[in-house]
Amino acid sequence: MYRYDEYDQQIVNERVKQYRDQVRRRLSGELTEEEFLPLRLQNGLYMQIHAYMLRIAVPYGLISSRQMRMFAHIARKYDRGYGHFTTRQNIQFNWLKLEDTPDILADLASVEMHAIQTSGNCVRNITSDEFAGVAQDEVVDPRPYAEILRQWSTFHPEFAYLPRKFKIAISGGKEDRAAIYAHDIGLAVTKNAQGEVGFRVLVGGGLGRTPIIGSEICEFVPWQHILTYVESILRVYNQYGRRDNKYKARIKILVKALGVDEFRRKVEADWADLKDGHGTLTSDEVNRVASFFVDPSYETLTDHDSKLNEFKADSRSFSNWLSCNVKPHRIPGYAIVVLSLKKPGEAPGDATAEQMEAVANLADRYSFGELRITHKQNLVLADVRQKDLIHLWQESTEHELTTPNIGMLTDIISCPGAEFCTLANARSIPLAKVISECFEDLDYQHDIGEITLNISGCVNACGQHHIGNIGITGVEKKDHDEWYQVSIGGAEGNDSSISKIIGPSFTFNQVPEVIERLIHVYLRERTETERFIDTVRRIGHAPFKEHVYATDFMAQEEKVADKHSVEPAQYEVPYYSPRF
Amino acid sequence: MIIKNKTIVADDWTVLRLQEQDTAESAIVAPGKVIVPLKVWQIQREMIQQRKDIGVWLASDERPEDLKDDVHKFAVIAVDFPKFSDGRGYSIAYNLRARLGYKGELRAIGDVLRDQLFYMQRVGFNAFAPRPDRKIEDAIKGLSDFSEVYQTSFDPGLPLFRCTQRKGNSTAGTFNE
Repeated sequence: MYRYDEYDQQIVNERVKQYRDQVRRRLSGELTEEEFLPLRLQNGLYMQIHAYMLRIAVPYGLISSRQMRMFAHIARKYDRGYGHFTTRQNIQFNWLKLEDTPDILADLASVEMHAIQTSGNCVRNITSDEFAGVAQDEVVDPRPYAEILRQWSTFHPEFAYLPRKFKIAISGGKEDRAAIYAHDIGLAVTKNAQGEVGFRVLVGGGLGRTPIIGSEICEFVPWQHILTYVESILRVYNQYGRRDNKYKARIKILVKALGVDEFRRKVEADWADLKDGHGTLTSDEVNRVASFFVDPSYETLTDHDSKLNEFKADSRSFSNWLSCNVKPHRIPGYAIVVLSLKKPGEAPGDATAEQMEAVANLADRYSFGELRITHKQNLVLADVRQKDLIHLWQESTEHELTTPNIGMLTDIISCPGAEFCTLANARSIPLAKVISECFEDLDYQHDIGEITLNISGCVNACGQHHIGNIGITGVEKKDHDEWYQVSIGGAEGNDSSISKIIGPSFTFNQVPEVIERLIHVYLRERTETERFIDTVRRIGHAPFKEHVYATDFMAQEEKVADKHSVEPAQYEVPYYSPRF
Repeated sequence: MIIKNKTIVADDWTVLRLQEQDTAESAIVAPGKVIVPLKVWQIQREMIQQRKDIGVWLASDERPEDLKDDVHKFAVIAVDFPKFSDGRGYSIAYNLRARLGYKGELRAIGDVLRDQLFYMQRVGFNAFAPRPDRKIEDAIKGLSDFSEVYQTSFDPGLPLFRCTQRKGNSTAGTFNE
């Protein structure tokens, strides 16, 4: 993976120094909270309901065992012994003190990490394919370009105060695993007929209040020009994006308002004098960065291992895990292992300090000392010898990391929800816990097969509910009670789609039953090869809706007064919230 | 006092801001060094363009191209930041320098605070009028927060990868694309 040179290190060190001074000025009263807010946000620091939350950048989700151990250290020393991996491949710590944060950043800098631009109205952490470099369907490895874009966007002087946050995702496989259609800029690195590398550029995708699938603005931007082309997109957005209404400030609204053709015309006009200018990438620079992403020293192995087959026959748990959590690798004899952070009854994406240390050790022993964080809030060991799978499974089972549910119903994506976030209308994590417990039965889950269930505590969609096959959203109602809207038909990847709401909203206790009923219709209607999403697309919403609302729910409701451990409205906290 | 070319200097320019009762036609441009709003320049240019001591300032929603043929007429052009979170002024400055070739004093006015100064100087500002309720001696420190930058803007005109030979991964062989 990429290693800092003296320039990278110096920039990060100077950031720590700058931030330390900003915190000092805030604590002394020299800076007002209003003035400090954009400064701390550009360092990933939010004020939540109970404490400060710090979001740390994990560039394109790639992390070394040493860096993972630093997370464990931070969890123990400054937090409550755990951290939360996010849908943007980052980690956040939820229980921090402001005065500790400069020391945390200094600790991070010592392992080549930072929290730069993990929030605020700037270019955020670049996300990418969690299987980059090892996927069988990869056309071009996106990691060198993700790193080049990381450096380009870090402290870009012109784009630090954009109308709104700006998210870039990049994928390089035939299948999109980075949700590039749901980003402000989505990049698919690819090759043209001549075998030259370039980018298909999508713009104006996004979720939130107005979910929109990104539009293609250019079919092929040669690799040399990607930085200047992205610069022109940002400059057009910075000048023309709306600033009068927070909910209409994302680039997707501008692209819709202008139309993609006019938007493209403006970008190309801006780009005309940048193309071939000094910002143009050089092959020296691409080769330099790419030198950090060459293959590790793989052994020459074959794909078939008799021991594995024997053990598979003996152990049903192992065989379930193998079929669910282990993915094919492009090198014979190797496998990609997804470590599940979705044990039923636990908060999706949470890991304890002990688990962090355990996965760091596993990475050292079995996967060249590297890990990845997935946008579905799991962890990946990307380069495991197939002959090590049995040992790896045994060891990671001890740390509760082998729930065989990757891509299944209990592999739930969830935002932090109303227990932490000032914007949420309803709790997300407790709902995810309850649903995962209801559907814990593995045979049932495996019978249902591939399905995604995403939960957001409010319309801002940090849990990406619009692109879940089943999406759940906490909605605001006049009674200030918790209500959830359920939608179906969303998907990410090459056939991305936005889900549609099935009807009136439900109480917390009703939601598991709603899911049960949706699954019932699917199992009744599906053809042999259909996934849940395929059935929804074929038969439409009506049969699902009809069955869900046909009869009363069994769920008993508690008295309203007993429901809330947290009442968001009573806290006087700033407007910004986690992952928003 | 303002910060100009990285030092604190006395300033004898006045910024003309239209009051509610003023219009671009009726506003009176006092004698002496005055930085007028773009609209005043556009409407009253016949009257004031002979003056050597006229500057112009742009609001964040105004277009620098409106000054296209005029930029060389001004000793100072200012860009107003109505709120520090309004980042349009950075693109205005970049366009004035890189696209319109403006070479004179480019001044940031309005809600200008220490922590924006580093970015502002990179997009082409060389003068800063920090908010008067803050110590200018503190604000100037913001210009030197970082000693290295990655990307090209107006300053520097080259990205880091064109400025210096950076180290690759010495343990790797030749990268095979």
